[in-house]
Amino acid sequence: MTEADRRQQAIVDEFAFLDDWMLRFQQVIEHGEAMAPLPEALKTDDRLVRGCQSRVWLDAGAEAGAFRARADSDSQLVRGLASLLVRVYDGLPVEEARAAEVWFPREIGLAEHLSPNRANGLDAMQRALRAAAG
Amino acid sequence: MPDAVALDVERLRADFPILQRTVYDGKPLVYLDNAATTQKPRAVLDRLAAYYADENANVHRGVHFLSAEGTETYETARRSVQRFLGAEHAHEVVFTRGTTEAINLVAHGFAGRLGPGDEVVVSALEHHANIVPWQMACERSGATLRVIPSLDTGDLDLHRLDDVFSTRTKVVAVTHTSNALGTVNDLGPIIEAARAVDAAVLIDGAQAAPHAPVDVQALGADFFVFSGHKTFGPTGIGALWGREGWLEALPPYQGGGDMIDRVTFEETTYAGLPAKFEAGTPHVAGGIGLGTALDYLLEVGMENVAAYEDGLIAYAEERLAEVDGLRFVGTPAKRAGAISFLLDGIHPYDAGTVLDRLGVAVRTGQHCAQPVMDRFGVDGTIRASFAFYNTRADVDALVEGIGKVQALFG
Repeated sequence: MTEADRRQQAIVDEFAFLDDWMLRFQQVIEHGEAMAPLPEALKTDDRLVRGCQSRVWLDAGAEAGAFRARADSDSQLVRGLASLLVRVYDGLPVEEARAAEVWFPREIGLAEHLSPNRANGLDAMQRALRAAAG
Repeated sequence: MPDAVALDVERLRADFPILQRTVYDGKPLVYLDNAATTQKPRAVLDRLAAYYADENANVHRGVHFLSAEGTETYETARRSVQRFLGAEHAHEVVFTRGTTEAINLVAHGFAGRLGPGDEVVVSALEHHANIVPWQMACERSGATLRVIPSLDTGDLDLHRLDDVFSTRTKVVAVTHTSNALGTVNDLGPIIEAARAVDAAVLIDGAQAAPHAPVDVQALGADFFVFSGHKTFGPTGIGALWGREGWLEALPPYQGGGDMIDRVTFEETTYAGLPAKFEAGTPHVAGGIGLGTALDYLLEVGMENVAAYEDGLIAYAEERLAEVDGLRFVGTPAKRAGAISFLLDGIHPYDAGTVLDRLGVAVRTGQHCAQPVMDRFGVDGTIRASFAFYNTRADVDALVEGIGKVQALFG
């Protein structure tokens, strides 16, 4: 199991007890609230992730061999989703970030309710993270 | 108090199979995205199946039985459109892929007639489909695009028409009803202003045709366009009505089979109306399905539809106005179909996602009308849009859902 997988498993375990979609949404929102906001100076157009109905900013890249990721959104749900992705990616060795496969959304029943085809941009965020990992 | 009109909504709902379905874990579907597309009555679904099962053949060109029969059926559908629009002639009705293609057809035709210094007028409430084709026509011809401004209510500022119209105005393209805000425009003064300067007038009827009677002759415009899928018919079909003289004057939009009179390598002469604008094998099933949908609507009675929906919209406005933290985007003097609003501190996407999970289908975002959003200084809105098969219970479900959204994000 890679570090990215371990982190995703921790997210899955945390959501396992929430059998109601409303509770899952609530949990996602709370994760978003707990994430440090992106400084306003970093909310620039070149950090906007395309393909989302809300505005999502992603600030990610390699720093001294480690992959760093920060994000923000004006949507509370999307901010929560972004915070979970950041939790998976931030601090991984760059090599691992490049190879990481994101699978936790479907395991916690979020893919069903917030599928990548929708306007939340979960898929777009993943692609942006992968691109940032080079 | 029940609506005192001759429309039995429960009986009509039974005509729409999809309205009986549930979404997610058994939530009854509350479909409030009718401005995006409308559901189809059983009559249309059956007609499409019967066409492909028993009648399929190419039209306008075969000597055989099915081709002749299909041609007659297709042309009968055209007469249904003619009846629905109150048009003088069936050959003034051109089948298109929808409103967008119909506007492109007309704008393309005008591009060759416009020149530098000429002006095209649209309104501040247009859908992108009634902006971009005219911008393209202006780009090709050197003409300039002018815009009738809107008020904070979401109504057009009809006191400013004199500033916008001039003797250089050649064509005016205005929506009858705003898809983003639900504003029903008072077209009389606009058409009058266009007439005063001899400009042609196109009315985008996509959001008007599903909600109230249309009478193109009484309206006094030169072109009227609408979409099949927004009038309870199939996707991929719509219609352009144009005055005979204008359709004769405009050049063909696309070249191909069916639209020609005689072809040699030196020269091609074009067919008469409406074939001149219908190159290639048409969407026969779509046309027939649209005809069936419009016949269905005429049987329900568009006066009945309008009266019922007026009551429903008034009820929805009243219920939504009671919601704390809800702000209407646009409070037009006359409204049809759509209500746009925002919830304080809640992103429209978040609201739409939770409403969806509760079974309430609304649209969120910019509604293909970015200039409207810019005008109101918002990134997007939540839009609930109604059809005659919606009920007060649907409105109640929306209001209840909004309460849950506010509880979750508050």
